[in-house]
Amino acid sequence: MAIIHIESKEHFQKEVLESKIPVLVDFFATWCGPCKMIAPTLEEIAEEREDFKICKIDVDQVQELAIAYQVMSIPTLLVFRDGKPGAPALGARPKQAILNMIDNA
Amino acid sequence: MAKIYDIAIIGGGPAGYSAALYGARAGLATVVLEKLAAGGQMGLTHQIDNYPGFDQGIDGFTLGQQMRAGAERFGAETRLTEVTKLALTENPKRIETTEGTLLARAVILATGANPRHLDIPMEQELTGKGVSYCAFCDGMFYRNKTVVVVGGGNTAAAEALQLSRIAKEVILVHRRDTLRATKIYHEPLQAAENVRFLWNSAVTRLHSEARLTGVTVQNLVTGEETLIPTDGLFVSIGRIPATDLVRDQLALDPGGYIPADETTVTAIPGVFAAGDLRTKPLRQVATAISDGATAVQFAEEYLAGLKE
Repeated sequence: MAIIHIESKEHFQKEVLESKIPVLVDFFATWCGPCKMIAPTLEEIAEEREDFKICKIDVDQVQELAIAYQVMSIPTLLVFRDGKPGAPALGARPKQAILNMIDNA
Repeated sequence: MAKIYDIAIIGGGPAGYSAALYGARAGLATVVLEKLAAGGQMGLTHQIDNYPGFDQGIDGFTLGQQMRAGAERFGAETRLTEVTKLALTENPKRIETTEGTLLARAVILATGANPRHLDIPMEQELTGKGVSYCAFCDGMFYRNKTVVVVGGGNTAAAEALQLSRIAKEVILVHRRDTLRATKIYHEPLQAAENVRFLWNSAVTRLHSEARLTGVTVQNLVTGEETLIPTDGLFVSIGRIPATDLVRDQLALDPGGYIPADETTVTAIPGVFAAGDLRTKPLRQVATAISDGATAVQFAEEYLAGLKE
């Protein structure tokens, strides 16, 4: 499933909070090394899986969302189910660990 | 029967991809197993100015991608997977990953190092809530706030300098009475009006109310403790080698590094140690690249011996 780039609070409401399937949200910035490090892994996962979607939020572009979810470290990964976020995962992590966030939550 | 690689390289930093390039160019079936993305620690580095060939410097992530592409151009493979277990004395050697088992005749260990933690209470709980190991990643969340940087090496100095442009005040806490960082950092740091130095000092306690609110700093000479209110703590006190995978099979030095000389040859035949995880006097991209090339030279000798 293609990765969705969240552009606004309203866009987030529609794609994440009102999503029928789980959503993996990646809070990132274009200049952050570990964020770049996990980007290829997220793309790989997006290509392989159809049962959840991946949304990326550029913390410079949509600051209000980063503040709302108390993001103080990037990358921060959050899995949303029925609009509710799970425990945040901070920093770059291996593919399997990211999949576990979805599959074992 | 499953494919047997000539060389499996554990870790896709500069040492790993240098080895992959040399291995692939030597016509060996070469695979790199990387858990995150090409580049390793280098991939997290904002700007690299001390690797020759880039007159304007280059960001570490891009350099990592280019190293990967350069090795793959000659047929090296990359698998994004985490190695969970190594059976290094078997022949061929067996590598278990989160996505299945691989076999290889020779193994080059190039897993590098990770940031060292302070190892004080609440550190883990407060990571991402005021405690950070990457100023370039998290600095922007501390605009106009007070932050503490612990450490005195190049990374700590670079981070303190970067933070001084964002934060209201930067307090640099260092165990010694002078920076260990290269001279190039000293002048701009001394010149920055909002950087304060606490020498001969260490952070001993973290204070929090849901998130970090302050740190206790102890003067290591007088023993005196001071509470410093702060919004952020950036820990930059060096690295620890990522050698847990081989701890049960290879004797490590007291620092956790794999003992090997410039040949990268380890105590186990067909196993080589390249890059930051090897005992060596200087850990840089330039020396990691050198190790990767050397490791393949000696791996080729080993592989030739297997065939006889």
